[in-house]
Amino acid sequence: MIGRFRVVRQFLRRPLGLTSAVFLVLVIISVALAKLIAPYDPLAQDYSAVLATPNAAHPLGTDQLGRDVLSRLLYGGQVTLIGILEAVVVAVVVGIILGLIAGYLGGPLDTVLSRLTELVMAIPGIVVLLMTYALTGNNAHAGMFVLGVLSVPTIYRVTRGAAAAVRGETFISASRVVGIGRGAIMVRHVLPNVWGPIIVNTAVLAAVTLGIQGGLNYLALGVNPPAPSWGGMVSEAQSSLLQQPWLMVPSGLTIALTIVAFLLIADALRDATDTRSDIPSSAPRQAVVEDSTAPSAAPEGALLAVDRLRVAFNGVRVVQDVRFSVAPGETIGIVGESGSGKTVTASAILDSLDAGASVTGCVWFQGVDLLHAPAHHRRAARGSGIAYISQDPMVALDPSFTVAGQLGELVARHHGLRGAARQRRVLELLDQVGLPDPAGTARRYPHQLSGGMAQRVSIACALAGNPKVLIADEPTTALDVTIQGEILDLLRRLRDDTGMAIVIITHDLGVIADIADRVVVMYAGEVVEQAAVEAVFASPGHPYTRALLAANPIASERGKPLMAIPGTVPRPGSWPTGCHFAVRCPFATEACSAAPIRLEPVANSEDHESRCIRIDEVLRSSRKEVVS
Amino acid sequence: MIKTLGLRLLASLVLLIVVPTVTFFLQAVTPGNVAQSILGIGATPQSVAALDNQLGLDRPVWQRYLDWLAGFFHGDLGTSYITGDSVVRTLSGRLGVSLSLIVGALVVFTIVGVLLGILSTSSSRVWGRLIDVVSTAGIAIPNFWLGVLLIGVFAVQLNLLPATGYVQPSENVGGWIASLVLPVIALAFAGITGVAKQTRDQMLVSLASPYARSLRANGASEASLLFRHALRNASGPIITVIGLIFVGALSGSVVVENIFVLPGLGSQAVQSTAQRDLPVIQGIAVYFTIIVVVVNVVIDVVNTILNPKARAS
Repeated sequence: MIGRFRVVRQFLRRPLGLTSAVFLVLVIISVALAKLIAPYDPLAQDYSAVLATPNAAHPLGTDQLGRDVLSRLLYGGQVTLIGILEAVVVAVVVGIILGLIAGYLGGPLDTVLSRLTELVMAIPGIVVLLMTYALTGNNAHAGMFVLGVLSVPTIYRVTRGAAAAVRGETFISASRVVGIGRGAIMVRHVLPNVWGPIIVNTAVLAAVTLGIQGGLNYLALGVNPPAPSWGGMVSEAQSSLLQQPWLMVPSGLTIALTIVAFLLIADALRDATDTRSDIPSSAPRQAVVEDSTAPSAAPEGALLAVDRLRVAFNGVRVVQDVRFSVAPGETIGIVGESGSGKTVTASAILDSLDAGASVTGCVWFQGVDLLHAPAHHRRAARGSGIAYISQDPMVALDPSFTVAGQLGELVARHHGLRGAARQRRVLELLDQVGLPDPAGTARRYPHQLSGGMAQRVSIACALAGNPKVLIADEPTTALDVTIQGEILDLLRRLRDDTGMAIVIITHDLGVIADIADRVVVMYAGEVVEQAAVEAVFASPGHPYTRALLAANPIASERGKPLMAIPGTVPRPGSWPTGCHFAVRCPFATEACSAAPIRLEPVANSEDHESRCIRIDEVLRSSRKEVVS
Repeated sequence: MIKTLGLRLLASLVLLIVVPTVTFFLQAVTPGNVAQSILGIGATPQSVAALDNQLGLDRPVWQRYLDWLAGFFHGDLGTSYITGDSVVRTLSGRLGVSLSLIVGALVVFTIVGVLLGILSTSSSRVWGRLIDVVSTAGIAIPNFWLGVLLIGVFAVQLNLLPATGYVQPSENVGGWIASLVLPVIALAFAGITGVAKQTRDQMLVSLASPYARSLRANGASEASLLFRHALRNASGPIITVIGLIFVGALSGSVVVENIFVLPGLGSQAVQSTAQRDLPVIQGIAVYFTIIVVVVNVVIDVVNTILNPKARAS
C-alpha cells in the first residue's frame, strides 16, 4: 500500500506538478469568486470601447460588443469548471464501482462489463451528446452527465486492471480466509491499492474533458450565448479575427494552460505514486565502457579471453574480477546459481548489456579487445565471430517472420547471398541442425514450431555467420528433458564438425558433465574456481563447488542424503569484503572475511584456479571423501 | 481466418443497432418536449399538441423505435422535422465532404505519428523529449482553438489558403485540396500524439525483446532491427490504436467542419441539434456508426494479414 502522506510529499517535491497545482487552485478560486473580483458584468456592452487591446480599464481588452474579456473569462470559467467536475465525477464514480466489481470478482460479469465498455468506446460519442442537447433544450448538466458516462471506460479499465492485479495477493486471500465480506475487501483493501493509477487517469481525464467541453461550447452546445464560456469566447474571437486577432489569446491560452496544468499534475502524480508501466522509457542504450587500469595484452593461444571484467548497474557491482579464456574448439561451461553473474558476463561479451551498465576490463577476441574496440569491430564480430543462442527458444525468434525470413536475413547479411543461393544456404543450415524437413520448416512461423524445433532454428540462426565461438545461455533449460539431450548432442556434433568453441552457461552440473571440457564456477559475481571438468568433479578446489556437487543428484553418491547449501546468495550491493561464500561455508575462518580473496592457481595442478585461502583443507577433505 | 473475420464483422454490426437504440433510449429518459422547443416558448398548448401529432411524437417511444427500426432495415431513416425532406437524401450529399476531411486526417495522423514515434525511439534524448512535448500539445491545443489559429495565420495573415468553405473535387481538384489543408491539420493534430506514443512504446518493447537480442547478437543490423523487426511487430498495436483515435476524430470532425464552414455531416449535425431535428441527428448517428464499422472491419482485416497467428487460425 502506498502511504498517502508519502505521495503528497513526493508530489510537493516536483516543481512542475506543484506549480501546476498552484495555478489550478488560483484559477478555481478566481473563477469561484468571479462575482467579487470581476471588474465588469460579463454581459455589459460598451460600444465606446469595442475590440480594445489590453489597457488599464480592461486588463485583457474587450470583445466586438465592448464586453470586458477578463470578466467574461472569470464568469465563463464557472460553466467550464463545473462541467468538468460533473463529467469527471460521473466517470470516476461509475468507473471505479464497475472496475472494482469486474476486476475483483472476475468471471462472466467481468466479461460482460468489459464488452460493454468496448462498445461504448466504439460509439462516436458526439452523436449521443448532440441527441442529449437536442432533447434537453441545450442543457449543460445533461450534456456533461452524458460525457461522463461516455468517459467511464477510461476509469473502468484502469481500475479493473489494478484490481485484478491485487486480487491474487496474499493479504487479499488472507482477508477472505478470515471471513471479511467481498464488499468490505474491495473498499478497504483493494481500493487503497488501486487509487494511484486512478487519480493519475482522473487528472488526464479532466484535461481531455476540458478540451471536449470547450469544443461543445464553441458550437454553442451546453451554453446559451451571450452567456460566456471559454469555448464560446474562442468562437466569438473567430468572428472578429480580421479586426482583432488578440482576442484569440485570452480564451484559447486559458484553456490550453489549464489543460497543461492537469497533464503536468498527472505526470507528477504518476511519478509520486510510482505507477510505472513495463514499457521501457527509452531505446536500449549502449553500456558505458570505462577504461580499465592497465590494459592487458592479448593472451596467447586463446580465441576468446575475458580479463578482469567488472560490470556495475547504476553503481551497484554485479560482476567483478571475472577472467577465463576459451581456446579454439574448446567447450567451456559457466556454472552458478541464478544471480551469480553468468548471464551478465555473457551479455558483456556479446556487447548487449542494458543501459545503466558500466563495464571495465577486457574482452579479447582474436587479439582485439572488443570492449574498447571501435563500433565497427564489435559489429563485425557479431554473428560471424561470436554467435548466441538464448534460453527460451519460443521467444528467441521474431514471431512476425517465417523461419526462412529471419534465417535468410542473417545469411544475406553475413554472406551477401540473394535469391535462390540464399534459400539454398537456409535449407543447408536447417538440415545441419538436424531438422527433418528443412523446406517445410523454412516456411513456418515460430508459433508453429515445437520448443525443440525452435531451439534448432535458433542454433541455425547462430550458425549463419560461421562463428568461431557460440555462446549458449541455458540452451536446454526451457526444453523437455528428452529434448535437452538431443540439443546437447547437436551442439557437440556441431562443435566437432565446425571446430567452433562453445561457451555454455548453465546452472546444471549434468549439462557441464555432458558437454564441457572446462568449467568456470561463478558465485555472487565472481569466478570462484575454474579447471578441467574431470578435476572439478574429482577434487573440487572451492567449498562452493563442493557444496554444488553435493547438492546435485547426478554427482552425489547413492544412499547418501542430498545436501542443500544453507543460507542464500548475497545480493549485489551487499557483498562482504572478504570471501563472498564465507557466511555459508563450513571451512570459513576469520581470515576469510578479512580481505578480498584472489583467484589463484591451485598447487601442483596446471590450469586449476580457486578463490579460496583454505584450499589445502578443502582439497584434503575432498581426497578423504574420495578415499573413504 | 474467414470465420474470425466474419465474427468480428457481426460484432461490428451490433454497433449499428446499439447506437440508434441508445439515442432512442435517451428520448425515453430525458425530460422536455421537443415540439415545444421547436415552436418556442410562446407557442400555445394547442399548436404544440398539433405538432406532436404531426411528427408522431405523441406515440410511445418504443413504438416510434420499432417503426424507425423497420424503416432502417429498408434504408429509410425517416424525414426531417424541419424541412420534411428524406434524411437519407439530406445526408448523402454531405457524406463526401466529411469523408474527405476524416480520411485526410486519418492519413495525416497515421503518417506523422508513426514517423515521430520512430524518431523518438532513437536513443537521442532530444527526440525523446520532443514526443513528450507533442503529446502534451496534442491534448492542450484543442481542435477548435487550433483551427481558428490556423485560419488566423495561414488565411488571414499569410493569405495562403482559404479561411473557410469547401470546393467540390469535381469542380477543381486544386481548390478541393486547398480547402481541406487547414481542416485536416486541425483535425489530425490531436491524433498524432496517440499514434506516436503507441509507435514508440511498442517499438521499444520489441527492441528489448529476446528475439531482438538474439538477432542483434547474431549479426542483424540496427536498421533491420528497427525498421524490419520492431516496426513490423509494433504495427498491429499501432493499427488498433489508430482505430480508437479514428472514433475520436469522427467526433472532432463535427467541431472542425463548423470552424471551417464545410458542408458535411458535422455542420448539419450542429444545425439539426439547434433545431431539435431528431430524425436527422439519428440519421447522422447511423452514418457515423457505419463509418466506424467500416474502419473496424478494415482494421481487423489488416491486423489479420499482419499477424501470422491470426492468419493461420
